[in-house]
Order: sequence, then C-alpha cells, then structure tokens
Amino acid sequence: MNILVCVKRVPAPGARIVLTDDSQGIDTRHLGFTTSPHEECAVEAAVQLKEKHGGTTTVLTLGPPEATEQLRYSVSVGADKVVLVPADTTELDPQATAAALVEAIEELETETPFDLILFGNESADSGGYQVGIRVARKLGRPVISGLKGIEIDGDRMVGRRETDEGFEVYRLPMPAVAAAKEGITLPRYPTLPGRLKSRRAEIQEVPAGLRTGGQEMVSLLKPAEEVTETVILGHGAEAAPGVVRLLEEVGLL
Amino acid sequence: MSRILVFVDNDRGTLSPSALEALTPARVLAEGLDASLELATVGEGGRAALEPVGLPGHVMSHPVLTDYAPEAYGEALAQLASEKNASVVISLGDDRGAEVMAHAAAVLDQPLVANVTEIVDTGGPDGAWEVIRVRWGGSLLERARLRSTLKLLTIAPHTFPAPDSAGDAAGSLTTFVPEIPDALARTRVVERVKLAEGLTLATAPVVVSGGRGVGSAENFAILEELAELLGGVVGCSRVATNNGWRPHSDQVGQTGTRIAPDLYIACGISGAVQHWVGCMASKQILAINTDPEAPLVTKADYAVIGDLHEILAAVIAEIKARG
Repeated sequence: MNILVCVKRVPAPGARIVLTDDSQGIDTRHLGFTTSPHEECAVEAAVQLKEKHGGTTTVLTLGPPEATEQLRYSVSVGADKVVLVPADTTELDPQATAAALVEAIEELETETPFDLILFGNESADSGGYQVGIRVARKLGRPVISGLKGIEIDGDRMVGRRETDEGFEVYRLPMPAVAAAKEGITLPRYPTLPGRLKSRRAEIQEVPAGLRTGGQEMVSLLKPAEEVTETVILGHGAEAAPGVVRLLEEVGLL
Repeated sequence: MSRILVFVDNDRGTLSPSALEALTPARVLAEGLDASLELATVGEGGRAALEPVGLPGHVMSHPVLTDYAPEAYGEALAQLASEKNASVVISLGDDRGAEVMAHAAAVLDQPLVANVTEIVDTGGPDGAWEVIRVRWGGSLLERARLRSTLKLLTIAPHTFPAPDSAGDAAGSLTTFVPEIPDALARTRVVERVKLAEGLTLATAPVVVSGGRGVGSAENFAILEELAELLGGVVGCSRVATNNGWRPHSDQVGQTGTRIAPDLYIACGISGAVQHWVGCMASKQILAINTDPEAPLVTKADYAVIGDLHEILAAVIAEIKARG
C-alpha cells in the first residue's frame, strides 16, 4: 500500500504572533518551524498503515529549501521517501497550491501510483480548508475531510469523522484522498536510529509550475485585543476561599 | 440583477443552531450590491427547515443527495451556481460548509476565500473584492483580495449572529435537479455511530483544564475531582495530549475543541496561541500557574499564583467544608 502525505512547514508561534514591519508576514526571526499539526498526525497515520499493510510512505512538501527540515523530521518518524516541490513563496493561494501539487503527484505516479493521499484538514497558518479537495477532484478520486479514524478493508478506505453526536463512517474506493485532523492518532517521537536515518535521507526534488491564483494576500493584521485587568485572587493554598467565592458568583456552587 | 446564493446545510432536515449565520452578512451584501438573495439547500427536509426563513431559494434534489455526500453536494452546488448565473455563493465555514464549498470551487475552478469575517470592499478594479479572513484559528487576520467573476466565500463561524429565522411569509423554494454521475455516490455517509450522551467539552458550564504544569497522567486526578464537584469536565492543552496524559478528545485549542464555558479553569497552562484560540470565548477565565508572567495569567480574568496541586487540594477542601 503506497501512501503519499502532503505536509506544510509553518512557524511555531509561542504565546504571541509578531508581524514584520511591512505586515506581509510573521516575524520568524526568533521562531522555530514545525509541520502543521493536522499533517503531523496524517504522517503518523500513514506510517502506521504501512507498518500494518506493507508498502511505502512518501512525504511531500511544497515550500522553500528550509522545508527539507520538516521532510527530514518525517523520515525520523518513519517516512520512507521525501519529496520537495520547490517554491520560494509561502503565499501561494490554495488554487495555485493544488495545481502545483497535482503536477508533482502526476510526475511521482509515473513511477509509483498512490493508493492513498493524505492531507491535513487545514494548514495551521493560512487555513484555507480546500487544497486536498481540489487535488482529489483534479485527480478524479474520492475524498473526505475531517478524517479522525482510518482503516483499510480490501480495496476500500474506511474513514471516520466526528459529529456532535458521535461519528460518521465513509467507505471510499481506493485510490482515495483524505484530509486528516489532529487526534486521528498520536504522533510518535523520533528515535535515535530514526534521526540518523533522516540525516542521510535523499530528498527528491520535483519542480512544478507555480501560477497565480485568484486569491491574494494584501496584508496581515492583528485582531483587536481586549486588555484584561487580571484580578489576582492570591498565592498558593491561601487563595482557596477567594476561588470558592468566584465559583459561587459564577453560579457553580 | 445579480444573484447571491447562500448555501445552508441541513442534517436530514435539521438545521444546526449556527446554520443561518452566513445569512446575516449575505443580506448586507445583497443590499449593497442590489442583488437578489436566494437560499440553496439539499432535500425535502431542507425545504421544510428553510421555508420559515421567508426567502426564495433552491432545493437540490437527487437520489444521491438523500444523505450527506460531499462530492455530490459540491457538484450540485456548482451546477446550481452556473445554471442560475450566480455572482456570489456564500456558506458558513463549519465542517460541512467548508467541505461543500471547496468541492464546488474545485468543480468550477474558481478561488474560494475561507473564513471571512468582513467584506470590506466590493468595488475594486476589475471587480476585485477585499475581505478580511481568519488565520491561525483567529489569532491573526488577513486582508485578502479576491479576483474572480464568481465570488465564493465561507463565513467564519460565530462571527455573525444567526438572524431570527421567522420571516414575514413562507419563502418559495423551487426544486433544482442536478445531473450527478452515479460514481459520486462513493463518497457518502454509510453508517452513523452515536456515542454516549452527557456533558462534553463543548457543552459543559465549567472546564477544568491542565497543561504541562500538571506533570503526569496520574496528576490529573485532582482536576477530575474538582470538575466533578462543580458539574463540569476536564480539558487539557496540546502538551498534555502529545505526552499521552489525556486523549485528544479532551484537547482545547486550535486543533482541538473550541469551547465557551461560563468558567474556564486553566491549571499549569502557559497559553500558547494554539491553546488561547480554543478557550478565548470562555465567559470567565481563572488561571492557576506558578509563573505570574505566563501569557494565560495576563489574559485571564482571575489568577492564582502558585503550585496547582496545592491550590486545587485547598479549593476542594474548602468546597467540601461548606458541605
């Protein structure tokens, strides 16, 4: 079973997002980068399926040369092959991103067709909620979003997604596409042998055309922040009566 | 006159409480553009649910559309938009709305702007629009330009109040029968599993949540005890989930559950952006932390500084002493 996971490199903001002076991006001078959380879980889900059913897990990212950091990380947690689709911008719109990914996937599939292509439900930073669906439609494959559980049953992918009451089940004929949500499974931590392997991993570059989409970022802005005057109820155990008074005021006691 | 379609999802005839939220900005838009405002939904159940809104509209009807089928829904909406020559299609950006609109956008090969909070300008050069949309789960906003003849947007949930659903007169909804290839029935709900009902993160009046400061899975016992005393549930931060201390279903945050309880008690949680966007809608926040400078402490309404285990034990003792 051959699985492709498409991931995005995103900044790992701490408690406060700081914008660059021209408001065209996030000031990342003091930030690390990470794999967008939903996609990190999608990689883990793919590696688990491979461990159970055999085959290969390929991880692909469209991004700058630095995104090889996230590709190497995915090798350290079990990915077999990694692919970079070079792009010097992180502000490609969803339509253009999907078109470039389709081009790269078609190129990769001349060697290995994928039974399953996984995405994250939405990227942590721009959150467009659509790239996986656009890719699937272009490839003519079935797709569901919000994937919270996955199993393989013969030639079907059995996917679960959450609802207010419980969950819904879908059975998609493969080859299929799905956009996973965090919680589908718990990502593992890299092992020492995994780290060593990731350093030696060969990164395949697959160039793709980057067109301009119909959605364009003009600038980023911070939402109006409410300034809160925090009332300190006390220090340590002595604060307990104050806390209980608060619980009474809120109507919980 | 141009035409604005508002896609309103229904689950086998039932509208979610937020289902009509996108109608509020759509009405303003229709007035500004002097456009006709029309609903779009699926199935006879959808017709019954939307007639009281009092607007004209379209009920997409097809054997494949009798239960949720995202590929077929998107196909049908795309055909409706084309056939009716719509200039704008709007939907709420909840799970299904976002999914159906993405399918429609893909079929039509048009851009789709997700999670819009404000439509700033509809009179740009060459018909371009400027909108404000959500990034980073709401901790950042983006001013975006949309260039396309057909404008496709989803509206960020909980941004606009849903209008009073009772209109002056029942609206007339006409039937639209799309052409849907049988193959698209492949992406369809085939089974539903109900989980035990009870208090959930999303509905509990109080959530007692723990993060890195709790230190271990066992240490959550005291949070459980307080949550039970108060009639609430336990939540956690992403750190607690990733350490395997709590299941992901307990996670409050951008990639977990977004909550709005009467009181949120955050124990040993520093308050990264990822967590804050999940709890910022709480009516009151009490932060318990050893660090008075922790971001969540400075953003909270109330704070107690110190060791959370010691403080929670004292609070529980105090509640029990009251009898």
